[in-house]
Amino acid sequence: METYGSWVPVWAVACSLAASGMILASSRRPNLREFWTLSAAGVKFALILTLVPEALAHRVAEARLFAIAPGIDLTLRADPLGVFFALVSSALWIVTSCYSVGYMRGLSEHKQTRYFACFAVCLSSTVGIAFAANLLTFVIFYEMLTIATYPLVIHKETPEAVSAGRKYLAYTLTAGVVLLVATAWTYELTGTLEFRPGGFLGSETAPAATCVWLFVLFMSGAAVKSALMPLHGWLPTAMIAPTPVSALLHAVAVVKAGVFAVIRIVGFVFGPATLSALGLQTYLACLAGLTMILASVLAFHQDNLKRRLAYSTIGHLSYIVLGAALLTPASLAGSLLHLASHATMKITLFFCAGALHVQLHKEKISELDGVARQMPWTMGAFAVASLGLAGLPPLNGFVSKWYLGLGALQAAQPLAFALFLLAGLLSAGYFLPILYRAFCRAPQPEAEPSQTPHQEGASGHDASAWITFPLLITAALSLILGLFPNLLFHFWSLAHLVSDSILNGGSP
Amino acid sequence: MIGEHFPVLIPVSLLVGAVVSVPLGLWRGSLSRLVALLATGFSVVAAGVGLRHVLRAGEMRYSLGGWPPPIGIEYVADPLALFVVLVVTGVGFAVTVYSKRSLERESPQNHVPFNAVALLFLAGLSGMVMTGDLFNLYVFLEIASLAAYALVAAGEKRAPVAAFRYLVLGTVGASCYLLGVGFLYLATGSLNMADVRAILPLLPHYRLPFIALCLMVIGLGLKMALFPLHVWLPDAYTYASSVGSAYLAPVGTKVAAYALMRVWFGVFGPVAYALPIGAMLVVASVAGILVGSIMAMAQNDLKRMLAYSSVAQVGYIGLGIGLASPLGFIGAVLHILNHAVMKATLFLVSGALAYRFGTTSILPMDDRLRRAMPWTSAAFAVAALSMIGLPPTAGFFSKWYLALACLKAESWPLVAVIALSSLLNAVYFFRVLERMYLRKASAEERIPGPPASNPGEAPPSMLIPILILGLGVLLIGLANAWIVEKVIKLAIPSGL
Repeated sequence: METYGSWVPVWAVACSLAASGMILASSRRPNLREFWTLSAAGVKFALILTLVPEALAHRVAEARLFAIAPGIDLTLRADPLGVFFALVSSALWIVTSCYSVGYMRGLSEHKQTRYFACFAVCLSSTVGIAFAANLLTFVIFYEMLTIATYPLVIHKETPEAVSAGRKYLAYTLTAGVVLLVATAWTYELTGTLEFRPGGFLGSETAPAATCVWLFVLFMSGAAVKSALMPLHGWLPTAMIAPTPVSALLHAVAVVKAGVFAVIRIVGFVFGPATLSALGLQTYLACLAGLTMILASVLAFHQDNLKRRLAYSTIGHLSYIVLGAALLTPASLAGSLLHLASHATMKITLFFCAGALHVQLHKEKISELDGVARQMPWTMGAFAVASLGLAGLPPLNGFVSKWYLGLGALQAAQPLAFALFLLAGLLSAGYFLPILYRAFCRAPQPEAEPSQTPHQEGASGHDASAWITFPLLITAALSLILGLFPNLLFHFWSLAHLVSDSILNGGSP
Repeated sequence: MIGEHFPVLIPVSLLVGAVVSVPLGLWRGSLSRLVALLATGFSVVAAGVGLRHVLRAGEMRYSLGGWPPPIGIEYVADPLALFVVLVVTGVGFAVTVYSKRSLERESPQNHVPFNAVALLFLAGLSGMVMTGDLFNLYVFLEIASLAAYALVAAGEKRAPVAAFRYLVLGTVGASCYLLGVGFLYLATGSLNMADVRAILPLLPHYRLPFIALCLMVIGLGLKMALFPLHVWLPDAYTYASSVGSAYLAPVGTKVAAYALMRVWFGVFGPVAYALPIGAMLVVASVAGILVGSIMAMAQNDLKRMLAYSSVAQVGYIGLGIGLASPLGFIGAVLHILNHAVMKATLFLVSGALAYRFGTTSILPMDDRLRRAMPWTSAAFAVAALSMIGLPPTAGFFSKWYLALACLKAESWPLVAVIALSSLLNAVYFFRVLERMYLRKASAEERIPGPPASNPGEAPPSMLIPILILGLGVLLIGLANAWIVEKVIKLAIPSGL
């Protein structure tokens, strides 16, 4: 990998930060405000897209900004892993922005300016996390993400939303502090915080016991955002937020930042050699396997659609963590591919849940009888995404699970392989009843005529184009990326490049 | 050549300002304010120019009245002193700009003496920082303290009691320090800091110097409100007028902390390492951090909450000093700056709330506050995030250096305390932020409404200092590496 100086990563982070300022300034003019959101999303995506060919050609764009602490520069570096994550999040920001416009206007939500401004800051932080070249830069953006998502979680400003916000802060701020301590300790031990493929923390820099403690600290810092049990409690509670926020939290920004942190730390701080020497990845794998199964079982219990999706998210994030913990070429690639495919599928599902809320004001699964007749496109997309999460070919969920399973076999871990299969079955188990209700049952007779003020929307058709198009696009993406994993964005090549770099310590 | 006189110019200009402002103010009321602005403004410029000069050309020494140092009083302008003076005068200038409208509202009768006393207070503090003489430090300590008692006493109805309590305890502290100086003079026959430092290692035994050091640490610890010597602080800051606490809180305790560093590192140095001063400071600071934070959570008045938070934050500084390592020193000195700017912002915001709503109680706050004063609320939010220690604000980096220092010293409990304190800060600041931003205005329980004639932000002379300091919190955070590399690292005392 050769590095070259480039400001593109900086612009990619800065453009949505600048947009948030413009959004705040144009709060009185909603159309102009939405223009800033959408154009920043487009520009950001285009900028990151220009980094893809370079990353594939083993050329890494790097921008050293200034010293943020003595000896540590605020550095952004677009390595393949960063480009991969930034690509996923910025692509999905475009569709989420369109969807948000439709959703917020459809429900005439309050404080839309704050909402869009925070959204833009979130995306800046996410891309900052993706491109952070050292741990301190990473921690800074990680904390910024926490703060920027807080106003989104409490958006409704109801007492439940406020207490959900408290819970969210209690979890994430604690995690941030733990991560900071781990970072400071690492700096104290090694004198460097620069991410290196294959890791920079090892037996030569720190005694084994210290490495174990550091791993525990780092992982508990990262596990909160990646909702690894038992640190997952904030996520179902945060479902109180508006649906596009849940889509962002669960598909694009927060939880993906968490699993991204796990991959960064496993692959670029400790590295496979250190981890296997200490046997640490086994514990991580056990925790991830346990979370995968438990979360899937818990998902069966949820009647609230968004809560079921939340538990499904917890389960699927653990696929990614387990893939990273197995430390084989296929499992690492599969883990990254699952990061992308879970993003497209879960965002589709949340979009659908939001469309049901906007159009029919239904939030419970038990109310969904026959909704497919009223909202055929929406439920069609729902079916595609949920089958994808269950791992059915030819959807992208199948591709990523294929590699994850292959990785489990490469690592000679039949148990992990069995867990992947079981969790896939469980996913099918908690999604199929929804599909059955929606497609096969007859609609419930609507007894109460004056359920909502939005009566004209309650009659049966899909929601507005702002809402329906994004969810169709993400569903189509799931299908296309399942058939041609390397089409459009070179996800497949990037994922393999990353797993190579981690396992070969950066040497090509 | 005026350049070589500037170390002494800062306290002198402030003193002259204090003296001149009274007769001028009695002649024309507005002149006292003009004098205050000129004096503080000049001292900021002098401190800035001086710091720039000293960073280029090295430290400057100035003999008062032309008497050579061991006999005469010496002023020392080194990077650390000028850095702290810049913080003191910078915050002082901002508060002076801010003070006009707030004083008109809170104490319209006596703004002339108030300005004079505030100038005296700043003169005392800058003198404490610049002097190279132990007894002269005591003199300026008393000037600053007496002015501080007056600043407190000029507050609301219960202020005189708080001021009296402050006076009694503050005098005990100053007397302890003076006794210490006496013992040290007895042992070494000198009052000049550099001279005493040179003599100390030559002494046959250290009994007297050690007693002196203990007395001085206790005296200065009381002045810097180190736990458990902090009991005067909450009442004093709560009942002083808004401007009064905005002068006192950001810089008052910090200069005592600075004096502690001067005495312990600068005068005693390696000689004192036989005494467990550092361990004692660390224990007291940790207790202060925890108790201050927990007490802050329990307060229902914003100023009182900020006062207890000051106790905790002084603990950060004490912790950095007590670790007696280069990183701890960096953390402590950077936190002097960071906390001064953050606390000034917060106290100025609380003054603006008092100006508009007539109360600083937390309980009735609701989102009409943010609606009426969006910029003030934003500045409060930034300063609060910095107190919690979230990047990229200044407070994050204090935490970073202190955590590094604790890790370097391999004291894991201290790392845990720093982490915990950041979370405790989050609890009590989000309690306020939640009310400010999220609580709906309800019909029965509301802030006594803003005067109908002028709802909205505080007047520009109050708002602009708030915004500049709030922005400063962010900029200092981003520029912290520069500050540490260019200024603080040069100031690390030899022998650490």
